[in-house]
Amino acid sequence: MEIYLDNSATTRAQREVVDIVSRVMYEDYGNPSSMHQKGVDAERYVKDAKEIIARLLKVQEKEIFFTSGGTESDNWALMGAASANSRAGRHLITTKVEHPAVAQTMEYLESIGYEVTYLPVDSKGVVRMDKLEEALRPDTILVSVMHVNNEVGAVQPVEEIGALIKRNNPKTLFHVDAVQSFGKYKIHPKKHHIDMLSVSGHKIHGPKGTGFLYIDEKVKIKPIVFGGGQQKGMRSGTENVPGTAGLGKACELIYKDLPADVERLYELKRYFTDRVLEISQVQVNGPLYEEGAPHIVSVSFGGVRSEVLLHALEDRGICVSAGSACATNKHTVSATLKSMGVAQDMLDSTIRFSFSIFTTKEELDYTLKCLNELLPMLRRYTRH
Amino acid sequence: MFTAFLIKYAEIGVKGRNRYMFENALVDQIRFALDKVEGEFALRKTQGRIYVDAVSDFDFDETVDALKKVFGISGICPVVYVEDEGFEKLSETIVDYVKKVYPEGNKTFKVCARRARKNYPMDSMSINCELGGVILDHFPEMKVDVHNPDFEFSVEIREKIYIYSETIPGQGGMPVGTGGKAMLLLSGGIDSPVAGYMISKRGVKLEAVYFHAPPYTSERAKQKVVDLAKYVSVYSGPMKLHVINFTDIQLAIYEKCPHDELTIIMRRYMMRIAETIAKETECLGLVTGESIGQVASQTMQSLISTNEVCELPVYRPLIAFDKQDIVDISEKINTYETSIQPFEDCCTIFVAKHPVTKPNAKVIRGHEKNLDDVIDELVKTALETREIIEIE
Repeated sequence: MEIYLDNSATTRAQREVVDIVSRVMYEDYGNPSSMHQKGVDAERYVKDAKEIIARLLKVQEKEIFFTSGGTESDNWALMGAASANSRAGRHLITTKVEHPAVAQTMEYLESIGYEVTYLPVDSKGVVRMDKLEEALRPDTILVSVMHVNNEVGAVQPVEEIGALIKRNNPKTLFHVDAVQSFGKYKIHPKKHHIDMLSVSGHKIHGPKGTGFLYIDEKVKIKPIVFGGGQQKGMRSGTENVPGTAGLGKACELIYKDLPADVERLYELKRYFTDRVLEISQVQVNGPLYEEGAPHIVSVSFGGVRSEVLLHALEDRGICVSAGSACATNKHTVSATLKSMGVAQDMLDSTIRFSFSIFTTKEELDYTLKCLNELLPMLRRYTRH
Repeated sequence: MFTAFLIKYAEIGVKGRNRYMFENALVDQIRFALDKVEGEFALRKTQGRIYVDAVSDFDFDETVDALKKVFGISGICPVVYVEDEGFEKLSETIVDYVKKVYPEGNKTFKVCARRARKNYPMDSMSINCELGGVILDHFPEMKVDVHNPDFEFSVEIREKIYIYSETIPGQGGMPVGTGGKAMLLLSGGIDSPVAGYMISKRGVKLEAVYFHAPPYTSERAKQKVVDLAKYVSVYSGPMKLHVINFTDIQLAIYEKCPHDELTIIMRRYMMRIAETIAKETECLGLVTGESIGQVASQTMQSLISTNEVCELPVYRPLIAFDKQDIVDISEKINTYETSIQPFEDCCTIFVAKHPVTKPNAKVIRGHEKNLDDVIDELVKTALETREIIEIE
């Protein structure tokens, strides 16, 4: 039996995605830059994907750029915009709960002379608007905020944040890392004052190594990948045609029945949360139920190390993530959980369950049954 | 240019009547090492020497690297073969050789000819003189020094003529397989792979045992040990890795014995289990990576306690090594990077804050009695359910 509850790490591809990827690789394998028909056929797949995404976001096709995934999109948005706008200012704002793709890039930018303000979050992991308002300055060129936090599912009020930024200074750019939220929420950058948006393919049942960055046509940005001048010279490198075709298909499918799918996910989340809270010494981190994202539940199980519980669940065929990676006495404590004020002994005991359209109630029942059987046993043996 | 290697071996030379056994083992090990190298090779044993002849195109550096990892080889000499087509031709070859191998020119040398084929028209002395003259004529910056030369030209007159001058140092030690077999207690740490390498260097073949404790240790921790065994096997040759599921034994010890003695009692059971497998697989001893005082379970008092449960000798090649010296070897044999991957192993999961450092063997034996009602069955199950992984 395989029960996959680690959909925030990656997802299983949809069959139709696999089909189109394999068709492009084996039949329509041309290079879009080639002048012959094979190239034209390949180019059509890229165009189709762009069209699908532009329609979903209600933006122009020319504002979509394909990348190798969320990390590259984040890197490009921050580095490209920072260097193109450095004359207007060298101040950037982000939060303390970002994905490393943003956090590490910000650290790099600091090392080359930019100044970065890291906004704190409340106990639910949500950015405090008053702190944002305080942080905004005339020389702030960019604000980057993740839409849905990958560890606890906290949802940032991106529309409000966008409005506040633009009210302060219409020239300050707003980047949103939507890797965990795209496919769960309708996102309309033009309406939400978002200038740049990062999305990854493999979190929405698409292929790994795919993603895109939406860049509003008014944004000044420099490329970070140079070469043959593909994608209008903004992102060189032969287009990943099979991946892009798969990404387009995945985007189309994930939004096909969005309201119904999201409602089902929330039902599963509520069902699971309620039952997991019945177990002793348990706390759910981040926003409960509909306040948070529909697919992420972060749970701390007091008295057992997450790594041990993870492997014990794995032994029963259940795949989850440890909320905070801990290895041989070296603790890489989760910045998100720490920023939210989660107690030290609970940090090491946190497991993230994340669902997808493939998740069923039966799978959750089995998982709950295993938790109830394993926890009493595991809690008997602890490290001193 | 080079088409063969003369293999020099040190200690085998003095093994009297057993010598052929050692040589055969060395030939086997060389064959095994060259299996993974690009190119075809033929091995020859003649008159107390082993030659590796390349019979196809081959990658020189890769071949030398492989030979450098074979225990029992003290030196590797790249050899040039020449057909005997007269002294003129031989001189040309020598000049060509010097140009390629010593392009900088200003060296001292001597020529050392051996006339194994006695019908060659010149004797050794005159070959030395004549060839020396040829070299001096072509390379005015070279000088002859018969007592302490920078390099010595060996010219051996056999069916063909062999020329060599460089000796690349080998691993030394004894060919694996000549020293019996031992059971290595392999953890994911830095020390035990080094211990395995060192014992193997004395010609000892290895088997290994790893104690796995799911769910407390992960599949990746096991994979790490498999990887380490592979690195060791580059030197030691193929080995069997026995993976013991140790969880239930550990939990029983945790429940029934004082917590500050957990590690020591756990290690006693590891030794017992390792010894049982060792005897089954005809191993003549156990090998551990222990070093005096490194951790609580490696004080001399603790070693008495873990030692007393075994009949077979326990070899501890690192016993007097400092950590840094062990790290240096682990870097040399390529295990360090793998060893420091941060996965929990079974020695650390239940470790007490203040484990005993001077256990009293009698006290330990007393506390071990608490396990009497369950332990035989648990050990039996652990042995029966062990997984055996072939490492090649």
